[in-house]
Amino acid sequence: MVKTSLDDQRTRYGAEPGGGAPTKAKITFIDSRGQARTVEAEIGSTVMETARRNDIPEIAAECGGACACATCHVYVDPAWVEKTGARSPMEEDMLDFAFDVQPNSRLCCQITVKAELDGLVVRTPAQQG
Amino acid sequence: MSETIETDVVIVGAGPAGLFAVFELGLLDIRAHLIDILPRAGGQCSELYPEKPIYDIPGLPVVTGLGLTDDLLKQIEPFHPTFHFNEMVETLESKGTAEKPSFIVGTDAGKTFKTKVVIVAAGGGSFQPKKPPIAGIEAFEQKSVFYAVRRVEDFRGKDVVIVGGGDSALDWTLNLQPVAKSLTLVHRRDAFRAAPHSVKAMQDLVAAGKISFKLGQVTDVKGADGELASAMLKGNDGSETQLPCERLMPFFGLTMKLGPVANWGLNLHENLIPVDTEKFETNHPGIFAIGDINTYPGKLKLILCGFHEGALAAQRAHRYVYPERKLLFQYTTSSTNLQKKLGVS
Repeated sequence: MVKTSLDDQRTRYGAEPGGGAPTKAKITFIDSRGQARTVEAEIGSTVMETARRNDIPEIAAECGGACACATCHVYVDPAWVEKTGARSPMEEDMLDFAFDVQPNSRLCCQITVKAELDGLVVRTPAQQG
Repeated sequence: MSETIETDVVIVGAGPAGLFAVFELGLLDIRAHLIDILPRAGGQCSELYPEKPIYDIPGLPVVTGLGLTDDLLKQIEPFHPTFHFNEMVETLESKGTAEKPSFIVGTDAGKTFKTKVVIVAAGGGSFQPKKPPIAGIEAFEQKSVFYAVRRVEDFRGKDVVIVGGGDSALDWTLNLQPVAKSLTLVHRRDAFRAAPHSVKAMQDLVAAGKISFKLGQVTDVKGADGELASAMLKGNDGSETQLPCERLMPFFGLTMKLGPVANWGLNLHENLIPVDTEKFETNHPGIFAIGDINTYPGKLKLILCGFHEGALAAQRAHRYVYPERKLLFQYTTSSTNLQKKLGVS
């Protein structure tokens, strides 16, 4: 929704990736109808920011990444659940506001892109808000 | 129909940007009315993160959403803003010219305002209850599906199902239990965000067999002519059970919808209102947009940017409100004139 703003936020507030290390990872978003979209994510950004920057549908992210709205709900592909890590208590609470929460549910503003997440697959629900 | 309220400025939205705009306008002797769909001031600060600490407000190393709202309300007290809560601005009609703007603003509560300037500080739009993705639920809304309780009597003698784990869900579980025929609380987990004493009271009712608690979610509803008969409970274990359900209350928090802003003839860019960065005015003279709802090259959705935008919008608003007066820029530290307005001189 706010592509330009997010780009600015990233360059102004985000850490610049260090030299030599990988700076990109591929993330695949599969929407509720089954269509897959694979995009490049900056290491250090969040999965939510990556989705917004690439106009991925079914990610509303109303609060802009403050873990305050539960409208960036995704289902992490079972193969990636371990690598994406556990939900924080705050995220667990916020998931009460999401629909059809499953054991692999995450709020993707809380998943930071790392080199080991290259290839990550997440599914988006039909309805966020 | 109530009479028309005449004012200098109508501010749409009482979040931090709208509140601080009152201050900047007040210093320039401009009076404002604020209209917000929520029952209180603060916008996202009080609705989404009242207890969360904010660290990037200049001069305040840490403040909660609620704390910032309270401080802003105190700061603008000298200017006596008038608040209209639980109301949504529905219509905005331009009656003036580019040099001398004038607007008629109408709310869904039937109020009408005549104003020289409109400042849209509506954040992400208006907050509305999140509706669960249950097919056909709309047909039951306001008859047997409710997102807020207006009349307790609507629940008397009924099989009630409440979904959620926060204060709204728990409060209404406790308050409706005495009048309901049966009450089932459904939540996705055995942990609750609600106040511990409410959780304890709910658990006592469960232990006494007065209500039941189910882990899971409601996935389907059945009924006819707007009257619910049953709800499908999908348990966390995958089981499916029909619950008797004549009244359903889903509590999944609030979502922001742009709402009527889209119909006011303003240019929109991806649900945001483009403004210039000199006065934060929209394509329509006399209508300004500040805070999260506006967009311009380099825009950051930060509260502090909303404050800056309000200050500059106020300068321009002064020309519309007092076309005959010359605006003299003054500092609150040194101007006795401003200090008098603030009640500190």
